[in-house]
Amino acid sequence: MTVVSRPGTLPERVALFTTCLADFAAPGPLAATIAVLEAIGVEVVVPRDQTCCGQPALNSGFPAQAGRVLAQTLDSLDGAEAVVTLAGSCAAMIVHHSTRLLGAEAASRSGVRNLWEFTQFVAAFGEDLDLELDATVTYHDGCHMTRLLGERTAPRTVLSRIRGLRLVEMPDSDTCCGFGGTFSAKFPELSVAMADVKLDNAATARAEYVVSADPGCLMQLQTRADAAGRSIRTRHIAEIVRDAMRTPA
Amino acid sequence: MSTGTTAKGEEPRSTAMRGVARVTRGHPVWSGSDLDPGQRPALRPMTAEAVAREGVGHTRQRLEVLGRERASGNWLPWESELRDRGAAIRRETLRDLDGYLSRLAAQLESRGVIVHRVSSAAQAREAVGRIATDHGVTLVAKSKSMATEEIGLTAHLTTLGIDVVETDLGEYIAQVAGERPSHIVGPALHMSRQDVTDLFSQLNGDPLPPDPDVLASYARERLRADFKAAQMGICGVNFAAADTGTLVVVSNEGNVDMVASQPDLLVAVMPVEKVIPRLADIGTLVPLLCTAANKEFTTAYQTLLSGARRPGEIDGPAEFHCVIFDNGRTALLGTPEEEILACIRCGNCQFSCPVFRTLGGGHAYGTTYGGPVGAVLSPLLGEATRDRDLPFLCSLCGACADACPVKIPLDDLLVAGRATYEAEQPRGVESFGWTLWSRFWSTPALYRATRSAARIAGRLIPAGVLGRLPVVRLWASGRTVPDVSHAGDRPRGRSGSSGGSPEGEDR
Ligand code: SF4
Repeated sequence: MTVVSRPGTLPERVALFTTCLADFAAPGPLAATIAVLEAIGVEVVVPRDQTCCGQPALNSGFPAQAGRVLAQTLDSLDGAEAVVTLAGSCAAMIVHHSTRLLGAEAASRSGVRNLWEFTQFVAAFGEDLDLELDATVTYHDGCHMTRLLGERTAPRTVLSRIRGLRLVEMPDSDTCCGFGGTFSAKFPELSVAMADVKLDNAATARAEYVVSADPGCLMQLQTRADAAGRSIRTRHIAEIVRDAMRTPA
Repeated sequence: MSTGTTAKGEEPRSTAMRGVARVTRGHPVWSGSDLDPGQRPALRPMTAEAVAREGVGHTRQRLEVLGRERASGNWLPWESELRDRGAAIRRETLRDLDGYLSRLAAQLESRGVIVHRVSSAAQAREAVGRIATDHGVTLVAKSKSMATEEIGLTAHLTTLGIDVVETDLGEYIAQVAGERPSHIVGPALHMSRQDVTDLFSQLNGDPLPPDPDVLASYARERLRADFKAAQMGICGVNFAAADTGTLVVVSNEGNVDMVASQPDLLVAVMPVEKVIPRLADIGTLVPLLCTAANKEFTTAYQTLLSGARRPGEIDGPAEFHCVIFDNGRTALLGTPEEEILACIRCGNCQFSCPVFRTLGGGHAYGTTYGGPVGAVLSPLLGEATRDRDLPFLCSLCGACADACPVKIPLDDLLVAGRATYEAEQPRGVESFGWTLWSRFWSTPALYRATRSAARIAGRLIPAGVLGRLPVVRLWASGRTVPDVSHAGDRPRGRSGSSGGSPEGEDR
């Protein structure tokens, strides 16, 4: 696995890797991410020429096509002191697969070496945020963030800093929600059945929000809950943090 | 076919299988032991049917409990140490697989074992069939072995007019039901206590109580007679020590000892990767296997088979054969896929897999081996022309790799298997589509154009209509269509009010 560098001091400016999924279908979490990063005191730029990390093609069996798209996104992130993304899965894709797809040199690209998943960045630099929110939430650990990136603690660290917020853990919080990218369309019945298991587990927490750091999981869970007529509401962790900021950006 | 009844349908020679004609338990074709491996249904309809089956939720919950007990990925310190050692031993084996196999064969022969090294699954089952017919065998007592499932041994022996009875309780239950094992170490895990009660009651002709002890002794009683009557025993192999020629089989019921000691003729069947360098390695590998498979330090029985009965010895098989088959495996050496040959068949990746659990076990993979190990291994076996699409039956959550006691990177192999599959397909809509996609999304202006197109579509086309478009329709079965009408929206930031840096997009 590629080693990601971790500067100890707050960078002046961060480049936001929007991810195609959030760029297309999750403008709320994207706006919240920007607001939180700015409240931490960094300038946020959104590199114009970024597109996607290539994961949809890689997981569909088309690595060459995936590599071509990933290369474009890494090009657009070159030179950034820090890159932050709001999707744990895309961060994991870049960290885990860049060198396999693009060769060993990829490890030294800014988009790989200086990459932070949102909660990692907030856990490291957002200690001074004044956060308060009266809400009960349960947290879904996205698969790739948990297992490929090895990140389980940062989101909980961030949530624990919010006064008044109660985190109720659901059973099997790190079991897959059934999204799996193109898997969700190749095996819709199975994918939906897996979402139902997750939603049942989440419901036992009796939380107002099912929170996650992955727009993909959230899209899967919310659209399934809506179609099944369940009242479960999902929220990206950046939105929770933004809502908890005392002086909203 | 392979339920152990004779081909002609008269009362079976096996006592344990008497009454099997009364069994009416229904099951889908794809879980049957007589499923023609080349003729399984397509994956999507099979999985759709599996998740809709009655009782699948209960099976899933049982598997979840087992998965939680094993807490994949949270290896205790002493378990981690064992895992490191076990993983290293398996890789050491693979580095000189052929050398260890030659040593094993020589050692076995020096202990009076007749070794048959064969290539294909067909050659393997024919070798066993010949041994049986040469000795006029009519009844075989068999202990649990996934390798014999892989080569279709029971069906083959049945066509030769030989009755086969499974003597492991779970495997026996599956055999009576006419189903394939649904899990590597728990063949009947897909059945509840009530299912087994119903099944055995039908077999018995009279109702039996839903008491596991009563049901187990019912099976044990019936199997006793078969151990005595069988002229040949067949067992699998967990580990085969190259330095001593010892075949190690672990079990919890003692049936392996019976199979290996009662009939005069014994055949052990193993694929090539079961070999290990040294007998001493079982000190690592047996506890590792048992920890991963069963959360136990060891099984109740470890059967160490050290050759045929020698003059002066009072028990053991008078004639002992070992069939070692390849079925596509050695062709994997030197490729990234050789990793799967490190597998010790613990089944932990299956417990850890949410796809496997949600499907209610491994039947809906339509192959001998289900779950992550099966999705990787099955496409590589035999002539490697079947089951090539199995790596897609996975959401790539990665839990299996963390659960694997010998650290096989199953998730990476599943990604690789998909690329292999697609590379073999004739160029069609899909590869054209992804190539077009990659051209568009590696060109920023065209990426933004697709984003604008989505935005316009999201605004102008009602969700109900969008949901009927080709790919969207698959998403929209059971889910609402995501709102893309704000694709590309950016909030006005504070610190970005200067218009952003040169590389920044104006927000
Ligand atoms: S792949 Fe690993 S976890 Fe799965 S059965 Fe083999 S050894 Fe066990």
